[in-house]
Amino acid sequence: MAISVPQRPWPVETLARVPYWVYQDPENYQRELRRIFEGDTWNFVCLEMDIPNAGDFRTNTVGALPVIVVRDTDGRINAFENRCSHRGALISFDDGGNVKQRFQCIYHAWSYNLRGDLTSIAFEKGSQGRGGMPPSFCKEEVSPRKLRTTTLCGLVFASLGDPPPIEDYLGEQILGRVKRVLRKPIRVLGRTVQVLPNNWKLYAENVKDTYHASLLHAFLGTFRLSRFTQAGGVLVSPDGAHHASTTIDRPEDRTSTAYRDQGIRTEQDGYRLEDPSVFDGVAEFGDDIKLQILTIFPSFVLQQIQNSLAVRQIVPKGLDSMELSWTYVGFEDDTPEMHRRRLKQSNLVGPAGFVSMEDGCVGGFVQRGTATAPDVLSVVNMGGEGAETQDTRATEASVRGFWKAYRRHMGY
Amino acid sequence: MGGIDLSDGVHGRLAQLNAEYARAIDDDRLEEWPDFFAEPCLYTITSVDNYRQGLPLGVVYADSKAMLRDRVTALRRANIYERQAYRHVVGLPAILGESDGALRAETPFLVVRIMHDGRMDLFATGRYIDVLVEEAGALRFRERVVVCDSKRVDTLLAIPL
Ligand code: FES
Ligand SMILES: [Fe+2]
Repeated sequence: MAISVPQRPWPVETLARVPYWVYQDPENYQRELRRIFEGDTWNFVCLEMDIPNAGDFRTNTVGALPVIVVRDTDGRINAFENRCSHRGALISFDDGGNVKQRFQCIYHAWSYNLRGDLTSIAFEKGSQGRGGMPPSFCKEEVSPRKLRTTTLCGLVFASLGDPPPIEDYLGEQILGRVKRVLRKPIRVLGRTVQVLPNNWKLYAENVKDTYHASLLHAFLGTFRLSRFTQAGGVLVSPDGAHHASTTIDRPEDRTSTAYRDQGIRTEQDGYRLEDPSVFDGVAEFGDDIKLQILTIFPSFVLQQIQNSLAVRQIVPKGLDSMELSWTYVGFEDDTPEMHRRRLKQSNLVGPAGFVSMEDGCVGGFVQRGTATAPDVLSVVNMGGEGAETQDTRATEASVRGFWKAYRRHMGY
Repeated sequence: MGGIDLSDGVHGRLAQLNAEYARAIDDDRLEEWPDFFAEPCLYTITSVDNYRQGLPLGVVYADSKAMLRDRVTALRRANIYERQAYRHVVGLPAILGESDGALRAETPFLVVRIMHDGRMDLFATGRYIDVLVEEAGALRFRERVVVCDSKRVDTLLAIPL
């Protein structure tokens, strides 16, 4: 498909400024769907455990592109566009399920095999010698577009483009951070979908924004789950695209008064929990990293907040709406104590999460705040102008990394 | 703690409890909300999808009254969200049965969320799946599992359902 050059030029060279029209421009949004989500990126589509057996499938979207992800008879995972070759209906309108051999479109009963090939057309030869498809019609030519798939630690990613293998896509360091958490078979504990009133990028930035965490979220600051005075930092992949931020728990950081000294709202004297079991975390990954938030460009998040583990998928839904699809997980071999601990700590995250509730509304505040300021530039200057790994979270390095990758994909 | 006598107007008492519960939340008397529960208790908010699949994790999970009180304190002191209120419309409770001195009941609800700028949205519909006990002569929730009909939550869920 020919892609026209961007109509709006990117206004500045530095990564430390971003124009607000990027959250508002309808043509830019369409270009994102093509160039980013349908481009050379890996997009999370499901868990391997969602489709264990041949014929098991899930539907999802890659950006706005509806896709079917299905386990083939040889064990491989296929993905193809969920759009019937005939008149464009969804081939499957279910969230998932099992098909024995084939998918059949309900509209006029055209059928597809587990690889997404159009294999049969109802009444292809017509009825009683009349009607039917022209003999020259070639099924292969109109088969749904196929996506390549890859798996990583039980996660399934798909791409309509031609990205490097997932290991190279992520780079060694980010890959190590994924493997650190997803190091054994997982099980799903629950799911929820949070509808956010903002452009998808405002959440993609928010989750990479290590600067806001202990300032917006009073819970993180007050209970010293993650504060700038604690060790850790932010790892940014060399291309800027992916990140992993970490907070390390060390006893000597527990008495700092830096927040109180600056009069920051998120440190509150005398605020205690009656039942602190929600913080009853144990080190389960063989290190002292208490919190790790990791993103895989463009739309995947892996969360470890103490023992609360979740994967999140960012699904754009137009210019000023998106869905955040949460899957909370534990491990298959969790003890009853660990299981209960994860259930309790889940109070920290999600749409009602003590430390993440604000992320549900803050993107909308930006969307509304910038409504008539398309050409104004936001200031993304904490920690300089670069997008390199830094040993502090008082930086916006990983947000700049997002824009570095975004601009490369978009041709800005 | 004695058994609950099903013939003893319990249907009306449960309807009254539900009405008081809803009023406490909608009138922003959240500090009173934990007292509708027995100790120990279980309060979770989940979706029908999770519930049907037997997935235990909801968006809120509290297994003590202290955890319920911590929810309220967090809303008052820590969490940031736009000023909003709910209007609960609670349907008639269906008594499902009684065993070991506890009553099982299910009650449908509908919650409209009213934002500070006047915007009103249907925020949640679902059912309360309850286990109730007598505590000091009053009905209290041993368990209240809030099963929302939709898996979607708009923006955030601050005030309890
Ligand atoms: S649209 Fe699918 S068979 Fe006609
Ligand atoms: Fe946040």
